[in-house]
Amino acid sequence: MIDFKHYAEELKQAILSTDRIRAELMLTELGDVSTQDFVEKIVVPTMDDLGNGWEDGSVAISQVYMGAKICESLIVQTNDPDAKFRQPQLHFAITVLEDFHLLGKSIIYSVLRGLGYQVDDFGRTTTEQLVDKVEQESIDILLISTLMLRSALKIKELRRKLEQRGLDIKIVVGGAPFRFDTQLWQEVGADATAVGTSELVPVIEKLTGEAKQ
Amino acid sequence: MNNIMNSLQRTLTALSHKEPDKVPLFLLLSISGAKFTPSFKSDKGCSIKDYFSDAEQVAQAQMAMLERYQHDCLYSFYYASAELEAFGGETLYFDDGPPNAGAPIIRSVKDIADLSVPVPQEIPVLQRILKTQQLLKQQAGDNVPIIGVAISPFSMPVMQMGFEGYLDLMYKDQDSFNKLMKINEAFCVTWANAQFEAGATAICYFDPVSSTSMIPREKYLQSGQTIAKRVLAQINGPIATHMASGRCLPIVDDIAETGTAILGVSTLEDIRDLKQKSAGKITLLGNLNAVEMRRWTAEQVETEVKKAIAGAARGGGFLLAENHGEIPWQVPDKVLMAISEAVQRWGQYPLDWIDDDAG
Repeated sequence: MIDFKHYAEELKQAILSTDRIRAELMLTELGDVSTQDFVEKIVVPTMDDLGNGWEDGSVAISQVYMGAKICESLIVQTNDPDAKFRQPQLHFAITVLEDFHLLGKSIIYSVLRGLGYQVDDFGRTTTEQLVDKVEQESIDILLISTLMLRSALKIKELRRKLEQRGLDIKIVVGGAPFRFDTQLWQEVGADATAVGTSELVPVIEKLTGEAKQ
Repeated sequence: MNNIMNSLQRTLTALSHKEPDKVPLFLLLSISGAKFTPSFKSDKGCSIKDYFSDAEQVAQAQMAMLERYQHDCLYSFYYASAELEAFGGETLYFDDGPPNAGAPIIRSVKDIADLSVPVPQEIPVLQRILKTQQLLKQQAGDNVPIIGVAISPFSMPVMQMGFEGYLDLMYKDQDSFNKLMKINEAFCVTWANAQFEAGATAICYFDPVSSTSMIPREKYLQSGQTIAKRVLAQINGPIATHMASGRCLPIVDDIAETGTAILGVSTLEDIRDLKQKSAGKITLLGNLNAVEMRRWTAEQVETEVKKAIAGAARGGGFLLAENHGEIPWQVPDKVLMAISEAVQRWGQYPLDWIDDDAG
């Protein structure tokens, strides 16, 4: 019987000390654990813990970033990494609106991939480019990261342009402006916001449920 | 009742952890100056790019904002990526927000070997900043502190190579990290000292990567703090270390050890806790919420100003400001006026109302 709680704690400690080797040894010790068990019982609670730590100030963004990268690489090393992808899938995309601060997007991208969501990475985009891409790629759920207040406010314009083309998608926003102004996501017409990874998972689960209906 | 002081006296008294006549108000207004140009007020308008193309225009706008908001500093900061331009980088301009850094100039670690230390006097935008400081000094003399900005060598790589690439460098390639720091440190010292020569009274040392929001304390002690100690020792004037909205409560003592006089703190942390840790050691600058304030009512302004003053102003060692290091473009004039009026009303020492409010 595998003590998953013990291994989740071990993984968290390895991440907090940026010790990739310790994390890989843990995976070796686990033997032929299924990808599903590894993701759901070890990776998810670990990333939740780190996300909560980020929210309360006890964990730094560098540790969340390293955690996401380490988890992503461990999942690839499990028995059947492709089995983690959820079926059937809605079409997700993630982007940074109008600046070059890509770290937040990279973390969320890694976490969602780790949790079995297939996500298109649109990189850095403008509102005009984004409307075209959403239409061309038939996106259902769009995740937008912003650092600057003006970029966050641009989401209102994006929503209007999407509506003009009849594109009724779900938009989830994140980044500093939404962290400092908790009413801003509603003002710009987003469907949800999430401060850290631990908030993001329930938000995604709720929206995927709504989007399927 | 204390005698009325000028802005510099007020600030210096607060920095010596004594109570001045009233709480110093530092509205860190940069891009907002474009709204104070004659062409913005006429039908022609004034784009933010145009605004920063003219050192004299920036100086005039700073003086006009000083007059209007009756606050206590002149802020000669243009935008952070001005320093990226010194390294050959690009700045992206917008009509309704701060100019932003363009694509990173370090695309692979090998590019670090090609970097050299820029000379501020040879970079057009830095020349204009120095010119602005000279003009402000001519106009304000020794009555109002003139605040310059130098990005910390430790935080500069976020613009130079992107945050993701920088974290990988920081954690995986110590040699290349050290090489980059050597170049950035030399530039930072030269740039800060050039600003003092031009007329700056103090330098705001923006160091958000040192914040505990970004890296854990252990990493800060090995990197950001060591670098700050080396750099600050070579800068010929007072420093305000600014976390640009990042948290720093667990490292207040560590930051004080770098030799900085002031610490710019986040609205995400309780100002009372910060004051408790900093009292007598380092002056706090903060911590009004810069993002939220654009939609504050007059009542909210009063509540927030009172909260900050009540939490940190007793005994001096406190400058009231927002928490990011720049007032956003979207913050309306009426909010800034309300902040100024609230400080006038509630910021007069000895702040007896705090006991009354506490009941």
